[in-house]
Amino acid sequence: MAMRPLLLLPEMLLFVGGLAALISGSFLPRERQWVSRLVAAAALVACVVAAMIGLTSTAQTAFEGTFSVDTPTGVARIVAAVGTLIVLSLAVDEITGSPRESETYALLLFSTTGTLMLAGADDLLVLAVGFLLTSIPLYGLIGLRRTPAGAEAAMKTYLLGALFGILLLSGVTVLYGITGTTSYAALPDLLIDAPTGAMAAGVIGVLAGLMFKAGAVPGHFWIPDAAQGAGGAVAAFLTTVPKIGAVIATYRLVDMLPGTLNWPLLIAILAVASMTLGNLAAYWQTDPRRLLGWSTVSQVGYLLVPVAVAGRSDSALPSLLLYVAGYTLTNLAAFSVTTALPQRRTLESYGRLARAQPMLAAALVISLLGLVGTPPTIVFVGKLTIASAAWDGGLAWLAVAVFANTLISLFYYLRWIVPVFKSDADASPPRADEGASSSPRPASSVVAVVAALGSLAMGICAGLLLSLLTGT
Amino acid sequence: MLSLIVFLPLAAALVLLALPRLGDSIARWTWVAVAALDLALVVGVWLAYESPAVGQLAFEEQAPWIPGVNSSYHLGVDGLSLPLIAMTAVIFLACAVYALREPDRPRLQAALFLFLQSVSMGLFVSADLILFFLFFDLSIVAMYFVIAGWGHNDAGRSAMKFFLYTFLGSLALLVGFIGLYIAADPHTFDMVELTNQAPLNGSFMAGGLVLAAILMGLAVKTPTVPFHTWLPPAHTDAPAIGSAVLAGVLLKMGTYGFVRIAMPMLPEAWRAWAWVIIVVGIISVVYGALVALAQTNLKRMIAYTSVNHMGYIALAVGAAGLVADDTAQARSIAVTGAVTQMVSHGLITGALFLLAGVLQDRASTYDMDAYGGLAGPAPRFAAFFAVGAFASLGLPGLSGFIAEFQIFTGSIAAAPVTAVALVGILLTAALFLRALQRIFTGPTRGRSTGFADLRPTETWSVGALLFLSLLIGILPRPLLDIIEPAAEAVVELVGR
Repeated sequence: MAMRPLLLLPEMLLFVGGLAALISGSFLPRERQWVSRLVAAAALVACVVAAMIGLTSTAQTAFEGTFSVDTPTGVARIVAAVGTLIVLSLAVDEITGSPRESETYALLLFSTTGTLMLAGADDLLVLAVGFLLTSIPLYGLIGLRRTPAGAEAAMKTYLLGALFGILLLSGVTVLYGITGTTSYAALPDLLIDAPTGAMAAGVIGVLAGLMFKAGAVPGHFWIPDAAQGAGGAVAAFLTTVPKIGAVIATYRLVDMLPGTLNWPLLIAILAVASMTLGNLAAYWQTDPRRLLGWSTVSQVGYLLVPVAVAGRSDSALPSLLLYVAGYTLTNLAAFSVTTALPQRRTLESYGRLARAQPMLAAALVISLLGLVGTPPTIVFVGKLTIASAAWDGGLAWLAVAVFANTLISLFYYLRWIVPVFKSDADASPPRADEGASSSPRPASSVVAVVAALGSLAMGICAGLLLSLLTGT
Repeated sequence: MLSLIVFLPLAAALVLLALPRLGDSIARWTWVAVAALDLALVVGVWLAYESPAVGQLAFEEQAPWIPGVNSSYHLGVDGLSLPLIAMTAVIFLACAVYALREPDRPRLQAALFLFLQSVSMGLFVSADLILFFLFFDLSIVAMYFVIAGWGHNDAGRSAMKFFLYTFLGSLALLVGFIGLYIAADPHTFDMVELTNQAPLNGSFMAGGLVLAAILMGLAVKTPTVPFHTWLPPAHTDAPAIGSAVLAGVLLKMGTYGFVRIAMPMLPEAWRAWAWVIIVVGIISVVYGALVALAQTNLKRMIAYTSVNHMGYIALAVGAAGLVADDTAQARSIAVTGAVTQMVSHGLITGALFLLAGVLQDRASTYDMDAYGGLAGPAPRFAAFFAVGAFASLGLPGLSGFIAEFQIFTGSIAAAPVTAVALVGILLTAALFLRALQRIFTGPTRGRSTGFADLRPTETWSVGALLFLSLLIGILPRPLLDIIEPAAEAVVELVGR
């Protein structure tokens, strides 16, 4: 056991980068706030590089065994930093010159740091810190736009966050109370002899907090409101990056728990509930961002599938990491299309997009079909591997549930795709305020196309990725 | 070689997409040229082909793809797939020629069909379940856009129904594939290896469930009763060449799956459930024919005869699962007949749908009662349609006879009760003769007046398909020589 603070270099880089963006922003005139964006981007790139270097060494723990630096942490660092980098590129169009530009960048970086703390936490107290560090900046980010919807979403998120934060903290307290430790290394042995009821209460409290962060049932209520009410870049961020840390933290927690209670079943039920509820609720939405918000609830359900077989199938962890990476890129691609066309806020307003903007239409179709899990996109390989892992781990019914839900999800993704390809004859002429005439935002369009193609390329190269994930 | 055949159309499609300012006629002719070149390559493979050993493939290509789940880029052909890729190439070329007069977005249409051709070719040469699934799913996506983009009437709704229904099938199929993967030791998606292992032999329950999932997926695509309801609206509202490809090529993906995946990989379960498949086959044959008989819409009628014709295939492959020592030869005849039927149905129904497209083009209706005495103004159309109809009802001298004769010879020898399905042939004969009578005979009336006869593009595309059907009907040997060894291999594998 040793401190080894340098192992946390990527997290430090992000946090210091956030501070630097904040401070530099205070000294810059509004039209030159882009400098702070550069600072933030540099910190993220440095984080990716440091994480890659970290991945080459063997798994270690830092700060006396409270934080593990291994493959999942490394992958989470890379994926989260790249994800935030994509969000920053979306912000080029949307936030440049806005009143709180540098603050937005700083909050994004702080929240990303928090999600990395969650991903690496090997101790309940670090987990709690990570939870707070991810959540608190998010409340601010959601409310930044100062619209009524944004304020409502921020309030809802804050109240739910406070509630689930208390549950998490009391869960940690209970577990500490019955075992006298918060370290994952010591907990399993002590939990075996612990009173079952108290242990169950403690673990459920911690899980509840993590489910809030991941946006899974039962902590999902804030996701659709926030996705709809917040700005486009922030919506893309909050439906993607915090989930990375939360699901990996859930994996570590479940993997650590002793088999005295049927935790896999609980996680499997939460997974099925998330996917089903998310899919059914998404079906009726007319706002594309709200639809995507519900779709991310269902996607978290799929992400929880390998968590349910943690430790019971060799492919559980690689498939989880692959799905996390693929989901991040694909979801961001879909959100980028909505930020490229901020005036189109109903599904109908996407009418004739294929004619007006063929590249964006193609990116949208690829990313939506990708989210369905159509081959050869990366989410297909992800779904395939998580379903195989579930079956391999003895939960064949969970694999069937994944595919049944995939079918349900197809309904609403198609509801969005159908108008895109309407020909001139059967689409009503767009109203002036729907801005079909206004050209799409350039940076978001580029990001959308690149990310969509990236999700295709990742799917085709999935073999390489998977062997990297299993090899190290 | 196989990779070239598969990806040549895709490359051409990408080129067409990348050149938005390309002239319409250049796009149309590029499509014809690429389809012709692809057919030439397939002919080359056919000429160089020699039957591989049981459980092996010819022209194999393999490269690692997702080694983490033992899935590889693995291609190969044998006597089951080679006739089908040849038929696919022919049908797509016919469609390209037929579409030379297409006015609506010809460049995009050509790109979409070239993509669809790649996907279809890829499916028939896949030797890996994930690769198979990839092409299976992409064929659905491409066909969705064909129907939604170039269809008529209620195309959007029909396309949606098609997508959802067949996507349901594909997911069931994927569940079955994962079941096979988990059961295999070591876990693998490789078809050749799974065929050699037959991993679920000995576990009755698991084998039955996995087979149920796979059968459901294939039955939706084939389609057999009760999963056929997506087919009539999809066909009715699809453009002519879309229908030809849907019936000619896409339906075969389901029946091909029976002989390629379900039978050799799950022999024990297949034998256990053979009777269910036979019954489904008989119901499809009779029900499909009866419903077709009741149609007044020509295209819907042809669509229902597809259900009937696919029923014969289900019947034959089901009968092949009734293993008894003295019927091995009969069962292999049944499987040969089933594969021949896939080719034959592709050619004939493709031709009939293209002809039905002429009706839509000239008079905008498929309603048979709107026509009468059409043989007068359009003799060539009438002659072609008559040939197609007779081929479809199984007249000797045409390919339908060769296929159905073998199916019944084999099936009745294995299970005499299958003779019930002969009713289907009778009904098909009745319905086609009635359709011929309604549309072509009598005094010229209704929409028949002023009906322009077949144009050269239509004549050549339909003519080529019918000519091949005639050729197979008169000289079946070259085709059967390819199919028979593979059919014997399937029967041997199913008997394990």
